[in-house]
Amino acid sequence: MLFYVARRLAQAVPLVFVIILINFFLIHAAPGDPVFVLLGSMDTTPEFVERVRREFGLDQPLWVQFATYLGKILSLDLGYSLRFQEPVLGLILDRLPATLLLMGTALTVSSVVGILLGAIAARRPYSVTDHASTIVALAGYSMPVFWLGQIMLIVFALHLAWFPTQGMYSLRAPSEGWGRVMDIARHMVLPVITYSVYHLALVYRLTRVKMQETLALDFITTARAKGVPEGRVVFVHALRNAVLPVVTVIGLNFGFMLAGSVLTETVFAWPGMGRLLFDAIGARDYPVLMGLFTVLSLMVIIANVITDVIYAMVDPRVIYR
Amino acid sequence: MQASPLLRAEGLVTHLFTDSGRVRAVDGVSLEVRAGEAVALVGESGCGKSMTALSLMRLVRPPGRILEGVVEFEGTPLLPLSDAEMRRLRGGRLAMIFQDPMTYLNPLMRVGAQIVEAIVLHQKVSAQAARTIALEALERVRIPAAATVLDYFPHQLSGGMRQRVLIAMAISSRPSLLIADEPTTALDVTVQAQIMQLLAEVRRALGSALLLITHDFGLVAEYCDRVYVMYAGQIVEEGSVFDVFERPRHPYTRALLRSTLGPDKRVASFTTIEGQPPSLIAPPRGCRFHPRCPEAMARCASESPPRFGLGVGVAARCWLHAGDAPAGREVAHG
Ligand SMILES: Nc1ncnc2c1ncn2[C@@H]1O[C@H](COP(=O)(O)OP(=O)(O)OP(=O)(O)O)[C@@H](O)[C@H]1O
Ligand SMILES: [Mg+2]
Repeated sequence: MLFYVARRLAQAVPLVFVIILINFFLIHAAPGDPVFVLLGSMDTTPEFVERVRREFGLDQPLWVQFATYLGKILSLDLGYSLRFQEPVLGLILDRLPATLLLMGTALTVSSVVGILLGAIAARRPYSVTDHASTIVALAGYSMPVFWLGQIMLIVFALHLAWFPTQGMYSLRAPSEGWGRVMDIARHMVLPVITYSVYHLALVYRLTRVKMQETLALDFITTARAKGVPEGRVVFVHALRNAVLPVVTVIGLNFGFMLAGSVLTETVFAWPGMGRLLFDAIGARDYPVLMGLFTVLSLMVIIANVITDVIYAMVDPRVIYR
Repeated sequence: MQASPLLRAEGLVTHLFTDSGRVRAVDGVSLEVRAGEAVALVGESGCGKSMTALSLMRLVRPPGRILEGVVEFEGTPLLPLSDAEMRRLRGGRLAMIFQDPMTYLNPLMRVGAQIVEAIVLHQKVSAQAARTIALEALERVRIPAAATVLDYFPHQLSGGMRQRVLIAMAISSRPSLLIADEPTTALDVTVQAQIMQLLAEVRRALGSALLLITHDFGLVAEYCDRVYVMYAGQIVEEGSVFDVFERPRHPYTRALLRSTLGPDKRVASFTTIEGQPPSLIAPPRGCRFHPRCPEAMARCASESPPRFGLGVGVAARCWLHAGDAPAGREVAHG
């Protein structure tokens, strides 16, 4: 197992390299002088432009520039935000926990609930509950996140006032202990739901189909023929097998969820990376954008490695050959 | 007088309600297996053998449904039992193994865990004791290095080994009846013989009865005491293996024997019977075999022949025997 993890990580290294390479060429593919791409629409003096040009080594040959760029990233230097007047890495790291908290919760909740509902629905295919939940899932599947977020805000935060409208914590709430946890949890409810709906619908639909396929397989007959109770047949024998392709999709979906964080975090003013990305686009803050691009790509790669490892933990055929 | 049989099915009807129509897969099947006996159920592919076996185990799933009939096992009628009571029998006193060992084991569970699961469901033993019993079962089916194999996953084993594992699982609670649905069809010829030998050996050791489903008359001759011949959802002939081989009473049995046995009655290459097996959605009127039957008479096309008893334990569903049947032994089904 450890060997497998190591191998999988080693395989990810070239991918990271390629991402950095693409990132680098994106800057250079942008029209005009890369200095102005980096500076955006800021008012600058010629001296400042020269300083940036030197700082970024833009007077050097391309391969030297790439080596420098790579070196900087490897030494965790993602550049300097012109808008915030702060190192990009610090900006991102400040917002990473908020995004991970929101996404992690949404991903966990939607995956677990989606898999359970899918498994239950597959037990009684084509029943009324099955049809009803399929329609609901289809609705969730096709709902635009931005619109859903706004509706949630208007209904549950503004009209009913059950949940706060914005941000991650209230100023008046306790700043530590249980009170703070509850405060953050209250702020998370609406964004987590908004975030989860699409993913939950996707996981539900996939699990339902895979469960139906799996329940028709021969080893399920064996389990029944040896007297295994139906609940155990479904949730132990069938579910583990059916969930394998679902695990892969959840892993792949991580990237889409990250992309979706821009919308959700913006609607709910959640202080995370998605919001930072939105602000950076608005301010043409290229160093922040490039930094975010690198970090987000890295997160997707790590998520895929984790997915593969989970898959291998469930399916012995991956490792024991 | 015979002691009451271990398993008795009477007028069993199981149909499949599919989109293209009602498939009459089991249409009035009656059969018996006595304690310790080896009985064969033979017939062409698609005639309803597996459906019969699944019905006996009450393992029929939608779109299939058992519609009528009686199944008695060890004197207990099975069809009225609750699901929980039925589960206690399955894998306990009444066990089954299947055709394709490659697909009938859970790929994500260790072999040992799968056998242990069957054991703890039927025997009041600790997990540790169950493991010991599982090990014994694997040794009984002659798996080399059984202790190591307990920790294997199915994909690490060959087809023959997997079938041994499935047999070990089925016999782990010492069933009084083992139903084997074409247990060797998916295996290499050499492995087939080993598995059949093993089944015979295990059966002798445990005193279990065997209901062997096959379309191989060679296996029937070698391993079974009695045989039921099935055609298009019905039993068309029954008798001792000796009887059926020496004096097949039904033209279908004769055709089936000709297609598997050479002129000197040694197993020869397989040739098929002329004509298509009938559709089970709209089976032919009268005798279901009459469109393919070389001896068909006018009556065969219109009237379904009843089961004519032709001696102790011998019967055929064929109008050719209308005159032979001793008075009062005509029993009609369906
Ligand atoms: N799930 C199903 N849906 C529709 N029809 C089915 C289904 N299962 C079986 N059948 C039909 O029921 C009939 C009996 O099938 P069964 O599997 O009992 O045949 P069999 O005698 O075991 O054949 P084989 O020797 O090929 O295993 C066949 O005509 C088959 O097409
Ligand atoms: Mg079959």
